[in-house]
Amino acid sequence: MNFIKRLRVARMIPAILLLPLLAGCTEMGPGTTFDVRSNIAREQLSLFMLTFWLGLAVLVVVCGIFLFVIFKFRVQDDHDKSDIPEQTHGHTALEIAWTIAPVILVIILAVPTIRLTMLQESETARTADNDIVVNVTGYQWWWKFEYPELGITTANELHIPEGRRATFNLESADVLHSFWVPQMGGKKDLIPGQDNFLWFIPDEGSAQEEPYYAQCAELCLGAHAYMRFKVKVDTAEDFDAWVAGLQGASLQKVSADPLVQQGKQAYIQKGCAGCHTIEGQAVGNERYPNLTNYGQRSIVAGLEPNTPENLATWIRDPQIFKPGNYMPTLFSGAEGEEEQIEAIVAYLHSLGVDDLSQASAER
Amino acid sequence: MAISRKPASQAPDFSGGLFKRPTTSKGLVSWLTTIDHKRIGILYFLSGIFFFVIGGLEALVIRTQLTRSGLNLISPDLYNQMFTMHGTTMIFLAVMPMSAGFFNYLTPLMIGARDVAFPRLNSFSYWTFFFGAITLNASWFLGGAPDTGWFGYSPLTSTTYSPGLAVDFWVFGLQMLGLASLLAGFNFIVTIINMRAPGMTMFKMPAFVWMTLVVQFLVILAFPAITIALVELMMDRQFGTGFFNPAMGGMPIYWQHLFWVFGHPEVYILILPAMGIVSEVLPTFSRKPLFGYPVVVMSGALIGLMGFAVWSHHMFTTGMGAVANAAFAATTMTIAIPTGVKIFNWIGTLWGGKIRLTTPMLFALGFIFMFTVGGVSGVMHSAAPADAQQQDTYFVVAHFHYVLIGGSIFGLFSGFYYWSPMVTGRMLSEKWGKIVFWVMFWGFNITFFPMHFAGLNGQARRTHSYSQELGLDNLNTLATIGSYILALGVGIFIVHVIRDVISGEKVSEDPWDARTIEWRLPLPTPVYNFDKIPNITHRDQHWFDKHPDLAHSHEHGADGAAHADDDGHSHEDEHGIHLPGQSWYPFVMSFGLFVVVFGGLYSSLLMVIVGFVITFIGCYAWAFEGIGGTHVKPKGQSWYQ
Repeated sequence: MNFIKRLRVARMIPAILLLPLLAGCTEMGPGTTFDVRSNIAREQLSLFMLTFWLGLAVLVVVCGIFLFVIFKFRVQDDHDKSDIPEQTHGHTALEIAWTIAPVILVIILAVPTIRLTMLQESETARTADNDIVVNVTGYQWWWKFEYPELGITTANELHIPEGRRATFNLESADVLHSFWVPQMGGKKDLIPGQDNFLWFIPDEGSAQEEPYYAQCAELCLGAHAYMRFKVKVDTAEDFDAWVAGLQGASLQKVSADPLVQQGKQAYIQKGCAGCHTIEGQAVGNERYPNLTNYGQRSIVAGLEPNTPENLATWIRDPQIFKPGNYMPTLFSGAEGEEEQIEAIVAYLHSLGVDDLSQASAER
Repeated sequence: MAISRKPASQAPDFSGGLFKRPTTSKGLVSWLTTIDHKRIGILYFLSGIFFFVIGGLEALVIRTQLTRSGLNLISPDLYNQMFTMHGTTMIFLAVMPMSAGFFNYLTPLMIGARDVAFPRLNSFSYWTFFFGAITLNASWFLGGAPDTGWFGYSPLTSTTYSPGLAVDFWVFGLQMLGLASLLAGFNFIVTIINMRAPGMTMFKMPAFVWMTLVVQFLVILAFPAITIALVELMMDRQFGTGFFNPAMGGMPIYWQHLFWVFGHPEVYILILPAMGIVSEVLPTFSRKPLFGYPVVVMSGALIGLMGFAVWSHHMFTTGMGAVANAAFAATTMTIAIPTGVKIFNWIGTLWGGKIRLTTPMLFALGFIFMFTVGGVSGVMHSAAPADAQQQDTYFVVAHFHYVLIGGSIFGLFSGFYYWSPMVTGRMLSEKWGKIVFWVMFWGFNITFFPMHFAGLNGQARRTHSYSQELGLDNLNTLATIGSYILALGVGIFIVHVIRDVISGEKVSEDPWDARTIEWRLPLPTPVYNFDKIPNITHRDQHWFDKHPDLAHSHEHGADGAAHADDDGHSHEDEHGIHLPGQSWYPFVMSFGLFVVVFGGLYSSLLMVIVGFVITFIGCYAWAFEGIGGTHVKPKGQSWYQ
């Protein structure tokens, strides 16, 4: 009995610890689905909250009755066998009542669910005037973003203006991927041979310096976990400036800076050009990210800020930031390699940058 | 119990030209050749526990890698293999065989039969399962395990993206497991429909037998879908067809539909046995009949039926279109109705009872609580647009572990603590059983409750790591600590069960004051089950026999045998009870298929042919080996009233 008493006390301790731990551990990071910044995400959140409160109410009622029954009707394990409770077999009115109750809850849930499904999935809502259209192609393990109306192609870094509807045409070049920007709304899969789409309107005022977090959400092997990208929501002016910067960049020009020139040599010599296209300078393979105007990017590999140090780390060993990805490790730590890396960084950071003196400055 | 054995010389006995039907009851041969449903049940259950431990170790590796963000303790490739094999193992090699252990051991006892309808087919099911399990796990040692997830989404499984043998091991292994499940399904349907004791109408069957029956129908209707998918994938991989290859006009999404037409009923295949167990344990330890028995039974059947109408809720983010998403959201929500009804009826069973919190009861009550939590998060998923935020995140991981561990595993543990005295004739320690329950309960909740938060804050499933910026490190550390506590609980379970099975307190008759007829038998169960097949007049026949005055009036059987007939239906003529001989051929046939599979894996036509020849010889000899066996005569006092 002594043991049973001790167990009785001990068995509830985790409950006392678990709740504050959870409260203390949970902070809303950039992957949150609660601090939402688009119309679709807000609708989804309000539907979620409906399911949450309904579910919580059901849990409280059911578990409340459940615990009450256990404590009220509990007897000791060695209870007298001859003490037999009434042998009730059922109760028709109760059965009907607790069949109807969930029916009502289901109806309360189904109506807004179907309404929102129609809003976000309907083909007729697919395009509208003044949309920013982005063709998204998923590759193992990076994202290509093409703006067909603007003539811009970029990788792992998506720019959209606030307050304007953004429509994404989703296509995969190899296996399944899933496009997910948590604060902008739920995800949609990229399926080879299938024409999928997703849209949302970033809120007015959602433009911010810090880009939004985004992640591939469908298993694609290898570096799937690191197949992330960043979504930069700009004000209308900033977005136009970003577009103009890319459209106006001169593709052929390479800085006369000797470090940049050396970097261009190394880029070809090391075989980078075999995979990564730089328009006007290198013809690579479309399966790998296009580095045209790379100097204007703000993210390395969709993961880290595009500083010279981060880019150098990436080039030195691509498996550090993105374990499992296809990019080969071309440097073994031999003498003179650091200068080569430094030169390639300088070259990449000079691409698309008009003010050539700032080519290798931190961006 | 003292029994005398003598050979069944009267029975025609062809040896099939190869092996005689063995009659030994001890040693390895007796287990390889057994066709006794009880022994096959034990084999299934032990295999299930073994793979439960393997799958659990894989889970610990996964959790350890996720303790903090940015860890690289194992490579992404190995990580993918771990969660693929964890899922495949837990579903096909742990929960399903553990459930099969209960079906096998209990169903014939509960319906008063001597065995299942096709005992050798039953043995063939087990050995085919066994070799399928070996095939799947052999991949670890032969070039790497499958890494494409338990769902194996196309086109990841094509030779382009998975060139090695790993996916082939998965394809062949699952086909063997599917064959085993299908044959067992037919076997149990025939058994339950045809072999019930006199007077046991369908609505006098124990709820567990009903759930067994529903599960078998789900198996025979759902497994053909995955069999088709696997055969097509095999064609794609071995012969270059293009069922799932978009470049050849195939559709990757087609795999998902086939897979989930199987996959959703499959989750009911995993949960319904536990529901059946709980529906037996609650009445016993409340000293009351199951509340609303017909409603509970029909709800279970309805859940099974509706399980075929909801599969695309696994695919809300695949761009099926507005109408399909809305329709599948609505059908999914309706599943909540029969499920809720079941939970209310279980609570109704407890109400007014004399509730004894024994170990089986604790696990059953834990089942109700955690299954309700998992059910609620399941309904949350059914709101398709909201699910777009949850799909492929740890919120989903939390949900289905609540129904599969909190539900299935806790239900199966409840059944294990409840029925194991029948198998061993010894009690399991209540003290250690309760410790196991509380350690597992808290370990489980500490592991999986935080995952709800992690998922809704951006942690994607099946990822080798997560970004530090998400701020989820502490939640993941908590989950990892919980997983070790859960593992500790399972460790204590194994040690104390081994100890108690060897040296626990002996018990010779119903220790729980139970209600159903399998508890009329002496413990451990005699090899021939009932010496006389009982007559059934009441749903809780054993309880009625103990308390004839308490019988519910409308339960009196106007149908079937009206009164317990003292004669029973005796098989005990002058020869005693006939026990059929054991048989080598189910094992031989399964082994033949195993050889075929390895021939296919390594593209050896010769091996395939040899395998099929072994299989065919086994099949032929099986057909002609005759009845064989022995007659046993129970001696001494008949315990049967």
